[in-house]
Amino acid sequence: MTTLPNLLQRSYQEVPEKTSIILQHAGQPDKPLTYRDLIHGANRFALTYARAGIKPGEVIILIQQHGEDLIYSFWGAILHGAIPSIMPFLTEKLAPEKYRADLSSLISITKPTTIVTYPEFEAEVRSALVEGDSVRNVILANSIEADAEPNFETLQGFKSSPEDIAVLQHSSGTTGLQKGVALSHRAVFNQLDAYGKTIRLDPASDFIVSWLPLYHDMGFIACFLLPVLMRIPLVDMSPFDWVRAPYKLHQSVSQYKGTLTWLPNFAYNFCAHKIRERNLEGVNLSSWRAIINCSEPVHVESHDLFFEKFSAYGLKQSALQTCYAMAENVFAVTQSPLDGIPTVDEIDRETFMTQRLATPPIAGQPSMKMTSSGNPLPNTKIRIVDESFNDLPNRSVGEIAVQSDCMLTEYFNRPDATESAIKNGWYLTGDYGYMANGELYVSGRKKDLIIVGGKNVYPQDLESLTNEVPGVHAGRTVAFGMYDEEEGTEEVVIIAEADSTDPLEQEAIADAIRKHVTKSSAIALRHVKVVDDKWIIKTSSGKTARSANKEKFLKELS
Amino acid sequence: MSNETISALAKFIAEKILKQPGKVISPDETLISSGLIDSFSLMDLALFIEDTFNVRIEDTELNADTFDNLNQLASLIASRK
Repeated sequence: MTTLPNLLQRSYQEVPEKTSIILQHAGQPDKPLTYRDLIHGANRFALTYARAGIKPGEVIILIQQHGEDLIYSFWGAILHGAIPSIMPFLTEKLAPEKYRADLSSLISITKPTTIVTYPEFEAEVRSALVEGDSVRNVILANSIEADAEPNFETLQGFKSSPEDIAVLQHSSGTTGLQKGVALSHRAVFNQLDAYGKTIRLDPASDFIVSWLPLYHDMGFIACFLLPVLMRIPLVDMSPFDWVRAPYKLHQSVSQYKGTLTWLPNFAYNFCAHKIRERNLEGVNLSSWRAIINCSEPVHVESHDLFFEKFSAYGLKQSALQTCYAMAENVFAVTQSPLDGIPTVDEIDRETFMTQRLATPPIAGQPSMKMTSSGNPLPNTKIRIVDESFNDLPNRSVGEIAVQSDCMLTEYFNRPDATESAIKNGWYLTGDYGYMANGELYVSGRKKDLIIVGGKNVYPQDLESLTNEVPGVHAGRTVAFGMYDEEEGTEEVVIIAEADSTDPLEQEAIADAIRKHVTKSSAIALRHVKVVDDKWIIKTSSGKTARSANKEKFLKELS
Repeated sequence: MSNETISALAKFIAEKILKQPGKVISPDETLISSGLIDSFSLMDLALFIEDTFNVRIEDTELNADTFDNLNQLASLIASRK
């Protein structure tokens, strides 16, 4: 068993001139980075970390824009034996005080000693620091040690053992309760090995094209660690550029003969609706062998839209694939077999809703189509369990539990969260699903979580933001997700009771809620309904019943 | 001309992006930095402008530095005609 630094060293010695990452920035020529560039750039950061007195095993938070510094500061931490964790930076719309509060909370739980950022963002980072917290260094990407030949004898990362924590991947929890998923070198390699075999990864012919952010597991593992460590070249564009010019993904696949891409479900709809033919002139997508739908519930209609739009450019239908993944298993848990199209299981709606069973459709009765997430990876076992952790038979819906040799070591500094998530060596995912013919169908979530365009948001966070808006009847708010077929993702709906019954005043309150929630959360809120007193349904214990309120809302719409 | 441009833009943003057809957007109200128009909707706005006014807004221009309210957007469109 090896470690991440060992593998980097090997690539440096064996294939220094091989291109590892081609960085794309809108309006600039593509910038290829070889393994030599990568290790030299990383070495500069490793030397900087050593000079700052950072010890192996300490956590380094990276807050950087898409680009070389992010890549080098990450691999530098690996070479130094420190534990890097990539965090998002402040976007235009998010209120700085909200960002600051989240960062302070993260610091208080994860206890990093160091934050690496860019000069323009230094003041923002410093404003999140408080007297007596764990942060000793704020390192700026423009003031690091000079380039030097890496000395593999003195770089401290080479003392790491496979069981040591290699990286922290922050999965979103509710505000103030972020969880750093701690992954060992061994876990990372076991995942890459099992997943690489499953998708028949071939360094001689594969080329990954990605726009995914690196602070999210799909981008971080499948489109960063996997290509760099497995020597698969990667085209890496910024998510900010992609969202403004989604055709660049297709152009890059065509230009570099890209073979593999991972996308959240909404991106299939986004590309199908928003890419224009004139941006696809001369584009050839026939090299694309797998576009893997992951991180949001999969909707087969989104694949159909994507295929209809791009088949004229050589896209193969067999390229549209699915995967079920989570940071707690490093990445993939299941993967659809790449030689066909994912199985669609048509089941009877009534039996599914009332008995939680996936049974064949009955003629004349409404049915629903479930898309398979594929088979478990060779190193991963799945159980479907009831609330008492008893196994359920095939086609019964229960909670998905996972066990593998690539599971998280722990939630970093969160023994409480670790204990409640792992039971007898099984990770309880909080997702519902069923197994049929050896394939997993994910059908819903136990936890109250809304996934909007691949971003996780918690309704209780949105509700407490809503409660802060003047005029809202405190405690009388509810947030839930509603699937939007056009967008291919969930949309958030917020309902709030107001003190006032005046329609004009209620409209003004609705606007204030939209503004406040948009500025203080990851989503852009559209659907707000301000209602009179006593609209919202509460359970007998006084809790808000989200699903009952959603049903009431949908009934009023129709 | 500019007023027509502004009202056409305001109508599109209220109906198609915000999904609140009755919403009034004032010409100096911030659009991007306020989060009113999220990044996923910027493309829709660019495509609408291209189809309606026959001018092209480049993807690198879709940010608050180029325009952040209807007045600025209308002048940008006018300057491209």
